[in-house]
Amino acid sequence: MFRYFIRRVILMLPVAFGVSVICFLLVQIAPGDPLTAIMPVDATADEQAAMRAIYGLDKPLPVQYAIWIGNLFQGDMGNSIATGRPVAGEVFGAVQNSLLLAFSAAVIAFPIGIFLGFLAGYFRDTLLDRTVTAISIAGVSVPNYWLGIVLVIIFSVNLGWLPSMGAGPGGSQDWAWDWLHMRHLVLPAVTLAVVPIGIVARTVRALAGDLLTQDFVMALYAKGMSRGDVLRHVARNAAATALSVMGLQLGYLLGGSILIETVFNWPGSGFLLSNAIFQRDLPLLQGTILVLALFFVAMNLIVDVAQAAIDPRIKRS
Amino acid sequence: MKHFKKGFATLLVAASLCAQGAFAQGTLRVGMTAADIPLTTGQTDQGGEGMRFMGYTVYDSLIEWDLTSADQPSVLIPGLATEWSVDEADKTKWTFTLREGVTYHDGSTFTAADVVWNFDKLLDETSEQYDSRQAAQGKSRIPAVASYTAIDDYTLEIVTKTPDATLPYQLAWILMSSPAQFEAVGKNWEAFAASPSGTGPWKLDTFVPRERAELVPNTDYWDETRIPKLDKMVLIPLPEPNARAAALLSGQVDWIEAPAPDTIPAMTANGFVISSNAYPHNWTWHLSRLEGSPWNDIRVRQAANLAIDRDGMSALLGGLMVPAKGFLPPSSQWFGNPTFDVRYDPDAAKELLAEAGYSVENPLQVKALISPSGSGQMLPLPMNEYIQQNLAEVGIEVEFIVVEWNQMINLWRAGAEDPSVDGAMSINFTYFIQDPFTGLIRHLSCDLIAPNGTNWGHYCDPEMQALFDQIKTTFDAEEQDAVMRQTHEKYVDEALFLMVTHDVAPRALASTVKGFVQAQNWYQNFSSITME
Repeated sequence: MFRYFIRRVILMLPVAFGVSVICFLLVQIAPGDPLTAIMPVDATADEQAAMRAIYGLDKPLPVQYAIWIGNLFQGDMGNSIATGRPVAGEVFGAVQNSLLLAFSAAVIAFPIGIFLGFLAGYFRDTLLDRTVTAISIAGVSVPNYWLGIVLVIIFSVNLGWLPSMGAGPGGSQDWAWDWLHMRHLVLPAVTLAVVPIGIVARTVRALAGDLLTQDFVMALYAKGMSRGDVLRHVARNAAATALSVMGLQLGYLLGGSILIETVFNWPGSGFLLSNAIFQRDLPLLQGTILVLALFFVAMNLIVDVAQAAIDPRIKRS
Repeated sequence: MKHFKKGFATLLVAASLCAQGAFAQGTLRVGMTAADIPLTTGQTDQGGEGMRFMGYTVYDSLIEWDLTSADQPSVLIPGLATEWSVDEADKTKWTFTLREGVTYHDGSTFTAADVVWNFDKLLDETSEQYDSRQAAQGKSRIPAVASYTAIDDYTLEIVTKTPDATLPYQLAWILMSSPAQFEAVGKNWEAFAASPSGTGPWKLDTFVPRERAELVPNTDYWDETRIPKLDKMVLIPLPEPNARAAALLSGQVDWIEAPAPDTIPAMTANGFVISSNAYPHNWTWHLSRLEGSPWNDIRVRQAANLAIDRDGMSALLGGLMVPAKGFLPPSSQWFGNPTFDVRYDPDAAKELLAEAGYSVENPLQVKALISPSGSGQMLPLPMNEYIQQNLAEVGIEVEFIVVEWNQMINLWRAGAEDPSVDGAMSINFTYFIQDPFTGLIRHLSCDLIAPNGTNWGHYCDPEMQALFDQIKTTFDAEEQDAVMRQTHEKYVDEALFLMVTHDVAPRALASTVKGFVQAQNWYQNFSSITME
């Protein structure tokens, strides 16, 4: 197991390098100028050139990349062009907020998705199955930013029960696990949970349905095993694939919540990324994409290791 | 996005909203359009909104804008300088008498040496207080300044590169940070940003980047009439228009900047107040004047201006615009009496185009650069589509080149001749037109032809240049105003731009917000506000 883990970590290194190159080049390809964010629009060409030199944007791209990656190895992600603040602080603060949101959504989505999926798989081709399938498809299909707006109108504007924006009355820095703060989390987390509920439910339904028709299940029943024990075996067989899907979903929840964080003004990585894109804030953009991509890679690693732990066949392959 | 907003507005109305009131007496919570708290160190970023909320609140400039009247255009008034004059013999030499008894929020005293220190902060790269971020914002605002000297504690001398009567307007941009506080925080601007110190009517109390800033009154402010009446003002970045609207409607903020026009009916129906006023803003098509451009023909330019149904566009924007009668808003002190009447007259437009050799059957074909969004651009897509339709009706066929806003700024800086504009003959841009330079000179001056300046269209006319020179060398304010009017008349009579509309800076306020007077200015005075 340890060797398997080490091998996977080593395999991560070229992936991380590739990610760093791609995220550096991607933001360079996009049209626009980072100086737009920090200079008046009517700054003269000379003033722009001087500022470009100060920020090192006048250097050739390979040199800029070498400087960036060199600083990165020393733990310095540079400073945001738009705000002047260190990128590391900006990104990790935002990622922390996104993790809070993503894990909250996962806590809502995964148990519900698993429960619904198992239910549908067990009672396959019944009304219950069709109902769960309809819920799953709706969850995957409904644009979650639209759902977010509807929830805001109902629960914030109309009923006044929950706040529509922000990460607490005093901002995310003062976050505490009390109702005053957690009420800010409810609407974005529920909105964000809808898509993974659908995906996890559909995956688990397919897995459970498939496993329940396999010969080993019949064999277990034939051996006199109780329904509960049989389901436990089915669950264990389904767990590896379900875990893989949930791990990927957690990655998507962290990196793919730009719209939700925008609708709810949640100060997370998606919101940060969206602003960095509009401002062409290259260091911030590169830093955020890199951290999110590495998080995704790390999630894959964790899932793979967990899968191998649950299902020895994976480790052997 | 258009459908997204419309859908949201419909839902808002259908939901029969019930808003809550403010939670704290004396606290005003503002939802800004900016994505971040503007730079807090002195020279702000985030454009006009940055100066409005973090500039003239925490800091002062030597010369300021009068923000007390909603009825009259804003004019310059004494700020940290009480008097100023130019030397009769040497028109490059200015003397400023500074206000005595002014203290920064940290308790240190404001003197002429501080002004020199602040200029060095922006202009002298060798000074220890030089700040590239503030320099990026401030340096281009004071192009006339050559040198500056503190004669004594309360007398300052500024020498300009050439005689330039627009210097007072330039100085209204430059905000004074505290040298003592810079020293106290270890000569570090990042540390200064967290606990800034100016001489303004508000002090920054709390600052969470990207999330909120809390300002409290400076009770020792030198102008007693501008000591804030509120206990606190909270600034919250809310860049997404629907999130801003929801925050207001659910009672999380008391004030939002720039509500989307389609959310306004729901707001007014629920007791919110929409405040708006004319101000020096211009939504226009800047025309290419390169050789071969069809816009070189005055008949075509005038025809296009006569083809726009501005009242129809006003309906599109929920009435939140001032139809253009010129390049400057009709209420401007520099509007003058142009002879060309900017109006909707498609028949006259067709006649002019026929004279120029075009008709609906044989239309003039032009390419136009537009963006789908952008700072101050109002609703650029539907507005431009509306114009496209208007122009097609008289015989001008417009092909749009749509680019993202950040790229649009680059194309604007590059100018009409640059290959990157792909042969576009106009660019839709909004302009800050608050002073002689930003209002008139920079758009058409021969020495500012892009990429050296912001004369996008490469226009150059000796008569106009003479007027610009006259503005810069007329030191009597009233006489200078007269030259400004004359210049604007030429702008309008020769239809040098497609003059479409002016924004009215709408903001939505809870009914509990009292005492706000919306000045005809990009900046506003928040000191008079109270919460009921």
